[in-house]
Amino acid sequence: MSSAPLHFQTIAELSAKIAAGQLSAVELTQAIIARTKAVEPRVHAFNSFDEADALAQAVASDGRRSAGQSAGALDGIPVGLKDVIAVAGQPLTASSKMLANFVSPYDATVTQKLQRAGAVLHGRLNCDEFAMGSSTENSAFGPTSNPWDLTRTPGGSSGGSAAALAAGAAVATLGSDTGGSIRQPAALCGIVGLKPTYGLISRYGLIAYASSLDQIGPFGRTVEDTAIMLGAIAGHDPKDSTSFNTTIPDYRAELKTRRGPWKLGIPKEYFGAGLDPEVGAAVEKAIAFYRAQGCEIREVSLPHTQYCLDTYYIIATAEASSNLARYDGIRYGHRTRDAKDLLDVYQKSRAEGFGDEVKRRIILGTYVLSSGYYDAYYLRAQKVRTLIRQDFLNAYREVDALITPTSPIPAFKLGEKSADPLAMYLCDIYTIGVNLAGLPALSLPCGFTASGLPIGLQLIGQPFREADLLATAHAYEQAHGWNTQFPSL
Amino acid sequence: MNYEAVIGLEVHVQIKTHSKVFTRVGAGFGHEPNTLTDPVVLALPGTLPVMNKAALDAIIKAGLLLGCDIAPACKWDRKQYFYPDSPKNYQISQYDQPICLSGSVEIELPGAARNVMGEHKKIPLTRIHLEEDVGKLNHHATDSLVDYNRAGTPLMEIVSEPAMHTAEEAFAYLTSIRNTMIYGGISDCDMEKGQLRCDANISIRPVGEKKLGTKVELKNLNSISYVRDGIAHEIKRQLAVVAAGGTLTQETRDYDGVAGTSQSLRSKEMAHDYRYFPDPDLMPVHVDEAWKAELRRACPELPFDKQRRLIADYQIPYTITSVLIPDRELSDFFEATAQLTGTGRAQVVGNWIANDLLRELGAAKLPLSASKISASNLAALIQLIDSGTLLNAAAKEVFATMFATGDAPAAIVARLGLAAAPTDTGELEAWCRESIAANAKALAEFKSGKDSAINAFKGPIMKAAKGKANPKLVDETLRRLLAEA
Repeated sequence: MSSAPLHFQTIAELSAKIAAGQLSAVELTQAIIARTKAVEPRVHAFNSFDEADALAQAVASDGRRSAGQSAGALDGIPVGLKDVIAVAGQPLTASSKMLANFVSPYDATVTQKLQRAGAVLHGRLNCDEFAMGSSTENSAFGPTSNPWDLTRTPGGSSGGSAAALAAGAAVATLGSDTGGSIRQPAALCGIVGLKPTYGLISRYGLIAYASSLDQIGPFGRTVEDTAIMLGAIAGHDPKDSTSFNTTIPDYRAELKTRRGPWKLGIPKEYFGAGLDPEVGAAVEKAIAFYRAQGCEIREVSLPHTQYCLDTYYIIATAEASSNLARYDGIRYGHRTRDAKDLLDVYQKSRAEGFGDEVKRRIILGTYVLSSGYYDAYYLRAQKVRTLIRQDFLNAYREVDALITPTSPIPAFKLGEKSADPLAMYLCDIYTIGVNLAGLPALSLPCGFTASGLPIGLQLIGQPFREADLLATAHAYEQAHGWNTQFPSL
Repeated sequence: MNYEAVIGLEVHVQIKTHSKVFTRVGAGFGHEPNTLTDPVVLALPGTLPVMNKAALDAIIKAGLLLGCDIAPACKWDRKQYFYPDSPKNYQISQYDQPICLSGSVEIELPGAARNVMGEHKKIPLTRIHLEEDVGKLNHHATDSLVDYNRAGTPLMEIVSEPAMHTAEEAFAYLTSIRNTMIYGGISDCDMEKGQLRCDANISIRPVGEKKLGTKVELKNLNSISYVRDGIAHEIKRQLAVVAAGGTLTQETRDYDGVAGTSQSLRSKEMAHDYRYFPDPDLMPVHVDEAWKAELRRACPELPFDKQRRLIADYQIPYTITSVLIPDRELSDFFEATAQLTGTGRAQVVGNWIANDLLRELGAAKLPLSASKISASNLAALIQLIDSGTLLNAAAKEVFATMFATGDAPAAIVARLGLAAAPTDTGELEAWCRESIAANAKALAEFKSGKDSAINAFKGPIMKAAKGKANPKLVDETLRRLLAEA
């Protein structure tokens, strides 16, 4: 494996070399910077990149190591953050004109945790504006391209995080997942992406899209790298009341101790119309692998799946309409230049600062919370959400985890769906239920289409049992090695 | 036709906590603009609220003091509207599950005279809920500036039933809430600092009618006297509209306390749609019996209960209690002193506090907490007077010195030579004999049974003693000599 160029190597490989004194954090960071400069003009994964700051962090990392104070596997590893996660002194734009000039004065909790782990935080990654979208085309700073095919989308909303990693412009990245925004781009870019259980990772410092659905999660080249990243960012945070107080296992070590066979469920509603045949076939092969390993495979039903999309677009937009009210041009962010009065400041600043998709969701969310409509939409959606969660919990009486495609289709062409919001929303059909139910799920590579596009497999786990989920994925990955193939850029 | 007014009050009380309700930055009044802020207060992207337990303790305590039912579970909602004083453009509040339900506020209406206790009533409450305060806009000629120091200060809203009928009742209600909150250490309720604010819902209806009339919400009643004047003005205005054959419209009006007038702010049609929904950033709060019991133990006796008890236990007049009661520390000081002097001298204690102590504090512009006079020293002063060692006139001087220095009265008496004199019974007896001999008329009167005639002998004695004679001793000596005469 270590025959791959530095920028395609894993955290596990690189940290071993750093620990053995064969590689310094500065050398690694320089390699990643060089690679970023080489591919960024074609991929456009970054909204901002602070080379000097990254090198300073790398120097500090090498200093710790020479003093015998290495913080562990992530010490000196370049990690990119989706541009919705706050880093003190760095831009924080959410890929929106509204925050184009905003610099965060404070750190997100995950930022502090990664810094304590010694990671070199080297750039803020492009995404759909305020994480709303499935293609990164809703970024005010232009779309990101898929490293496997530059005419195609990397998916979204965390498209920059997935594309940067796939392109070798980062060793690991963080994204956020509200309806599939980590898993779908991971699938489309041929890497691993994990959406943790709601409450496992602090949301403090994550720009809120839909608070009850948002969750930060890692992208890695391998399941092991993903486990290392998860271990660094998980845990209770007194600054986030929705973060859960639970013991965090050593996810990386658990990969070796947790072995199947597992009972895996195939939700029949996830294999119907709209599923690309090549994607379906790859997922069937993965299922066959698990069966061959002695896993019991059982068909299960999640009967309320058909309501997931509707439920999501009521709850997510309602919360978004409220969360985005603070972007008003008064205290920070974009303010219109020609306002007659206060109302004008609000209306023009927001009209100029927000893109179409964000406006669409704010309007929809405002509507479903309005007097006279609340009960029919928001309240009913919350009830359906409970039923959707119950579907999953019922399935977990029979099986340990669920196995499904991540995205119904592989990477689509840039511009292909941008005029049709509904077609775009359907990209999240297999990922959205997980957010509504608050469950952990990951996407890992399970093959390529005939035209060479990556295909993702989704494993959906039980609340706070990420260790089992990662071990299940690890078993598949060890037997396949899709992650040793890299895009030619 | 005879009309009656129906009044309900929405009272906002700022809770006195060290930090704000959803973040750790300090809360307070009078700081440099925008110094009590942090990323959460300013609603920077990505920030989240975290509940301050001290604010919850305070509102539960307030609910217990007012006899509310404390909800076993309550949640937090977002009240949404755009205004620059609200950093998130929503206010975290409680919509349909407030933490305190029902309960009541005991009020006292003005008595027939100043020294007569007035009628007491209980005004039922609908609810008390917790929310966050907003910032403050300062308007200038061409721009407006926002100060977010106040934003995020814990605020409770106490909502009464529409159960009051006069401006006096509303005034008494607000006074009672203020006294109760101060007793509970929940708020200082300084209206000038915005710690207590009041809006009133006012309607009129024909006497005997059960249905409520068209409601007008009166805002900006930001002093206790504005509450009384504003409500009285609004009732008059509504009666005048109806008397002139007009119809009242549901609206919100702004009261101008200086001008004594009100203006319409918005009609019912212009009312906000606040789009309340549960705040997904905060977990519901569950209040168990142990928590309630802990706070119940921290609840003080209510002001009116204390007043009734002081009157019953210490036999002191209503007038004195009405001075002592609004100030919890002052009434505690009274009680501590009266316990030392004995109940029989409680009224004397009350008089010293209500008259002399408050006068000294007022003149020095000091709060009670700065007073140097301890309960034991005040009790000792009264003891010196009662024993005849100290005359009233001299006692005033001793008291002033005690206030200035905190010294024990006996030490001051010794230092300043203020003890009653002479104690030489021989000299005193001589003066008494002279006085009796010099006033045959009074002697005859006294002998014939007119006891008060004895006073006629005392003046010359005091004069001879240059005012320093112990009056008790003078009286005793006179009586002994008169019996012999």
